Amino acid sequence: MLKLKNKFSIERDISGCGLCGIINAKRVKITGSNIKKAISVEHDRGNGLGGGFAVYGNYRDYAELYAFHIMYDNLSAKSSVEEYLKNNFVIEKEETIPTSKTSKIIEHPYLHRYFMKPKSDRQDKLFHDLGDDDFVVQSVMLINENYDGAYVFSSGKNMGAFKGVGYPEDIADFYKLDEVEGYMWTAHNRFPTNTPGWWGGAHPFTLLDWSIVHNGEISSYGINKRYLEMYKYNLSLKTDTEVITYIFDLLIRKHGLSIELATLVLAAPFYQNIDKMDNEKKELLTALRQIYGSALLNGPFAIVFGYSGGMVAMNDRIKLRPLVAATMGDFTYVASEEAAIRAICPSPDLVWSPKAGEPVIVKFEELVPQKGRVIGL
Amino acid sequence: MIKSSFSNIQSEYLALIDHTKCVRCKRCIQNCGWGTYSFGGDKIIADHSKCVACGRCYTYCPEDAISIIKNPTVIRENGNWKDNHIKSIWKQSETGGIVISGMGTTFKYKKYFDHILLDACQVTNPSIDPLREPMELKTYLGKKPSKIELDFNEEGEPILKTKMPPQIELQTPFVFGAMSYGSISLNAQKAMALAARALGIVMNTGEGGLHDDLIPFGKNIIVQVASGRFGVHRDYLNSGIAVEIKIGQGAKPGIGGHLPGEKIGLDISRTRMIPLGTDAISPAPHHDIYSIEDLRQLIFAIKEATNYEKPVSVKIAAVHNVAAIVSGIVRAGADIIYIDGYTGGTGAAPNIIKDHVGIPIELALAQVDERLREEGIRNEASLIAAGSIRSSADAVKAIALGADAVAIGTAALIVMGCHVCGKCNTGNCSWGITTQRPELVRRLDPEVYGERLYNLISAWSHEIQEVLGAMGVNSIESLRGSRERLRGVELTDAELKVLGIKHAGL
Repeated sequence: MLKLKNKFSIERDISGCGLCGIINAKRVKITGSNIKKAISVEHDRGNGLGGGFAVYGNYRDYAELYAFHIMYDNLSAKSSVEEYLKNNFVIEKEETIPTSKTSKIIEHPYLHRYFMKPKSDRQDKLFHDLGDDDFVVQSVMLINENYDGAYVFSSGKNMGAFKGVGYPEDIADFYKLDEVEGYMWTAHNRFPTNTPGWWGGAHPFTLLDWSIVHNGEISSYGINKRYLEMYKYNLSLKTDTEVITYIFDLLIRKHGLSIELATLVLAAPFYQNIDKMDNEKKELLTALRQIYGSALLNGPFAIVFGYSGGMVAMNDRIKLRPLVAATMGDFTYVASEEAAIRAICPSPDLVWSPKAGEPVIVKFEELVPQKGRVIGL
Repeated sequence: MIKSSFSNIQSEYLALIDHTKCVRCKRCIQNCGWGTYSFGGDKIIADHSKCVACGRCYTYCPEDAISIIKNPTVIRENGNWKDNHIKSIWKQSETGGIVISGMGTTFKYKKYFDHILLDACQVTNPSIDPLREPMELKTYLGKKPSKIELDFNEEGEPILKTKMPPQIELQTPFVFGAMSYGSISLNAQKAMALAARALGIVMNTGEGGLHDDLIPFGKNIIVQVASGRFGVHRDYLNSGIAVEIKIGQGAKPGIGGHLPGEKIGLDISRTRMIPLGTDAISPAPHHDIYSIEDLRQLIFAIKEATNYEKPVSVKIAAVHNVAAIVSGIVRAGADIIYIDGYTGGTGAAPNIIKDHVGIPIELALAQVDERLREEGIRNEASLIAAGSIRSSADAVKAIALGADAVAIGTAALIVMGCHVCGKCNTGNCSWGITTQRPELVRRLDPEVYGERLYNLISAWSHEIQEVLGAMGVNSIESLRGSRERLRGVELTDAELKVLGIKHAGL
């Protein structure tokens, strides 16, 4: 039986992993073959129970619409979800996600995508005055929680997640990513330690245009989860990655923090360092810790976080997982292993190992601001 | 009524002197606050009926000649009619009074902390070595905004716009529980003040006002306002780091207090601002707080009087409906809620209350934290858990259940020599803790015991760091409320549900 959702009797899913990210700051597009080659070098960092990719800039023709990728276990789930979608969204286009038969991916759910926007006169307007983004978030959570056999795994604009159970290079072939073009890519190779593979559990984990690939275990998961629940996030997947995505969503989209400040919440500087800063900075960082202490991600992690404005790669506050970065012209590469970068960029301009808690932030140049965004990036 | 010439109540303990060892130095006579010992011409003799097993005499006997044993004379065993029932009946039939004692309940209720186990890292996440890596225990108590607000300076860098509500900064998540001058001696308070200052934590005046000698320790003191309003004036409110309104106490929820006139000497009368030798009676309720809206008025009266510069804490006993009550208190404007479980200590309380009223702190805390999160107001107030925190393990578990910090009272007194004899109410404490008799008080050296308190809290803090490291986190805020790191053993489904934790193995 295929598994879309985490129905195992565990509090949460734990895994070790390999990851990789590529961004071109001038939005020059490249095909998925590059990142496939890079992540395949990290083959041994996974065990074939999860691989996936996020790509940005791949849906140029539908850039203003929310692109929902949904996996279905059966067709009755599809019809009931579609009834919800039709009632609440204007669907401009829908189609089966292109896949190719490969010898490696034998069993898979039914994969469908929808390009759509929330209706202006949708029924929930009677009860709320949610913005489009908030409504999309609510819809994603509703479907993932309440619709058996259906799982939304991508919901952003001009971006998409492609993931499943298998090694990432096989997943790339399955989704024919060699033919897909984008100006930012992230990839993940998964090594789950306490559950068999499940399609929904593969990375990247996405919400709106946030995508996360993550290697690590969040030892503070318990409190991070309870903190998010206070803000009405529904943590149905029970994965660390889900927690990270929602914390970014809360901090950046809801509380208006910049990416830089958000990273200072996730990997907060130690008080012993804060105390040495000048007064203004000390005040700010102390307040961040006081207010967002429950959002501190504690424990080993390396993450690559993509969003419409760029990419962030970072480690936990004492660097307990590997992360290497490199630049070559307008390209920036990050990966768990330098070998992965060198596989596609043999002699980069610069290679370095980011320090604990210090993010690598790459933003696109000449950014076209998106409507309805609260963050100035 | 004819006065009975004998009492049914037999000595609980026997003070036995080994006369072959005894050198008749008479230190025991001097040390015993209860008058157990006297000199019978050629040897020490003991009046067993006065012995409370406080341990002072044998601790200070240079010849090891004293042993205190439980009186082996039995009251015929009966599973239903236990010793304490029978003795209370005798006592009450002889006196017609309420049976009163000090410290917490002696009943053996289930201790939930002892049924909770902690998690540790293996393979998938590394544990962290606290000897080599920073391990943060710093804790801020007070209201936190739910989100940060920012401004930007000329360089476009973010600066803090939010005006942070006042906070108490603790270097380690412990505070000393409220124990008033009157219920304990000034020297005992001084020992805690010295330790609190050295540790970067706080002590609490209790409801007895602030003695002049403690004023220099203001930054490490929470001043309390209780129903008797003893020693409360404007300068008092402003002399500490925070103000606490005491509504209730775990050992005696719903009832007041009574410090008898004979304990009100000159110093206490000055500090409490009451006439010399008068009884200091704390009414059961605050007579200006008959409901939640009245509490709100007092909270804001105190905030006005302190120019909104001090966090206001509200201390309550853990009772059945505690979660809803705390939610109300948070909404009434309190910055800190201090919850005292039913095993908490006291200077004096009727046994009927102490042994039968209230609920365990573990259950109360778990429910309060959950309720505040459900209502989305957990950030509005910090939680202090109290009610017999016996070890750093209890503290870790309380914090993981949702407390910001824990308060220790009885443990601090044990540091000073207390053997938990439960006779605080008599004022004869041989250790100089719960007494105002000058010859007893002066034997408690604040500097000596201040250092021992410092040692205890330092040791417990190191132990917490070890646990955090084993769990793979390096900051106390990653443990706070992280119930996923707790598992229950020997608990029913109902108990697990209330605690919000899973059974071990799951």
